[in-house]
Amino acid sequence: MDILLQQLINGLTLGAVYALIALGYTMVYGIIELINFAHGEIYMIGAYVGIIVLTLLTVIGFAPAHLALAIFLALLAAMLVCAAYGYTLERVAYRPLRSAPRLSPLISAVGMSIFLQNYVMLTQGSADKVLPLALPTEGIALMGAQVSPMQGFILLTSVALMAALTLFIRKTRLGKAMRATAQDRTMAALVGIPVDRIIATTFVVGSILAAVAGVMVALYYGSINFFIGYSAGLKAFTAAVLGGIGNIPGAMVGGVLLGLLESLGASYVSSEYKDAFAFGILILLLIFRPQGLLGERVPEKV
Amino acid sequence: MLELRDLVSAYGPIQALKGISLRVEEGEIVALIGANGAGKSTTLMTISGARPVLRGTIRFAGEAIAGDPPHVIVARGIAQVPEGRRIFSRLTVRENLEMGGFLQRTRSALEEDLKRVFSAFPVLRERQVQLGGTLSGGEQQMLAIGRALMARPRLLLLDEPSLGLAPILVQHIFRIIRDLNRQGLTILLVEQNARAALQLARRAYVLETGRVTLEGEAAALLQDSRVRRAYLGEGE
Ligand SMILES: Nc1ncnc2c1ncn2[C@@H]1O[C@H](COP(=O)(O)OP(=O)(O)O)[C@@H](O)[C@H]1O
Ligand SMILES: [Mg+2]
Repeated sequence: MDILLQQLINGLTLGAVYALIALGYTMVYGIIELINFAHGEIYMIGAYVGIIVLTLLTVIGFAPAHLALAIFLALLAAMLVCAAYGYTLERVAYRPLRSAPRLSPLISAVGMSIFLQNYVMLTQGSADKVLPLALPTEGIALMGAQVSPMQGFILLTSVALMAALTLFIRKTRLGKAMRATAQDRTMAALVGIPVDRIIATTFVVGSILAAVAGVMVALYYGSINFFIGYSAGLKAFTAAVLGGIGNIPGAMVGGVLLGLLESLGASYVSSEYKDAFAFGILILLLIFRPQGLLGERVPEKV
Repeated sequence: MLELRDLVSAYGPIQALKGISLRVEEGEIVALIGANGAGKSTTLMTISGARPVLRGTIRFAGEAIAGDPPHVIVARGIAQVPEGRRIFSRLTVRENLEMGGFLQRTRSALEEDLKRVFSAFPVLRERQVQLGGTLSGGEQQMLAIGRALMARPRLLLLDEPSLGLAPILVQHIFRIIRDLNRQGLTILLVEQNARAALQLARRAYVLETGRVTLEGEAAALLQDSRVRRAYLGEGE
């Protein structure tokens, strides 16, 4: 077995997930200069909704007979629920603080993150939640390495979502309004763009991407808990900073790079320090290149 | 058409407008002149809904509009070309114009307006795929005006359109403003270049530290000794 190639495939899979979550951080930062610390929790909620829906479908006997459809329904439910959470989060925790000092929404974000973690822990229990069904494991051989069905699914879905997002941002009226609002919020308002609605849309789009990432991770690892949003969130945030926070292609590149670095680091350096790579990178970045690889703007210190 | 009464606005504890009253009639060009920091830009931003109205009223076309958010005010028919032009520098010229027409309901209405702006400013048609930030100052000013026109305004607020432009371009921009007005657009014009503004406008207001200190026919203000001393750079 080709270990390098296998690690690259594993790293790409992980990186695709980081990229999907990182997009939510970067889009929100791009538009209101806020690091939405509760974004990792939205992803975690997506994972829970995914597992809950799959469990229900298994109980009624729908899954695993119609596995593809069941996964599709789980994704759909997670996207809807997370969209609602993201929208509400913005309305309740950030919009009232729009003209407050910069630190206030940041504190609100940390508070919402802790609140959502505890809320899920209390309602869903602190024990791990386990996927109720076995997924196919028969992978495709690729030059001495294996691409598992889940890896293939994650890679294809992520690429499709990122392509769709890019088209949305580049070509649609709403996407252009998002870019205009990110560049100059006052001017955007002066041309008639309903800025608050655009900001809410940004949260919804980011939350939908995080929802998909959550469900895919739940399927990939087969078990989740209320704390997964914390580390995934920090890593995706690192990915966003790596690519240049506020920069959408940057988040994609940053996510994939971070996934690859982690996966290669774990197999060639030490797997015990796997998580330390991300935070080491974050610290080095903030010291030496806070604008990231593709970014132009320097993020505010937090 | 537009009437401000005792308008007060502030940045935190600093009152920038201390009770401004002015009006603009349909079809007029009204000039608003005054030194740096007098409150001209704040006045326009308050009319546009981008600054809060702390006291006083704003009426437009017979309706009270103070407190409306900016996008509602644009929909009512007031568009602004702000100081410094504020082009979306990383959007293309065409996208900048599309954003100006954000409230346009149909694709065909948008296309029609684009055509109108492109025929008024042919240079924008040539540059439509370029990023806004790559345009020269004069081209950016045309883009900013074109972008405002995309909203099909009835009243256009212009904030220092001649700022930073070469004299020949200043003349060009002023000619554009005059032509727009002749086509029926009502204009409230803020200018540092008081002479040019007073020559173009029918009436004018002079603003000093948040208050209107003089008002009247532009031609009369051009002859006023206080105006000549303070704003037209003439001695006694
Ligand atoms: N963003 C701001 N924050 C605080 N004060 C401001 C701000 N913008 C303008 N001001 C103050 O408000 C007053 C009016 O400014 P402005 O309306 O820009 O004047 P003008 O356009 O006539 O030069 C000035 O005293 C200025 O210092
Ligand atoms: Mg000004």
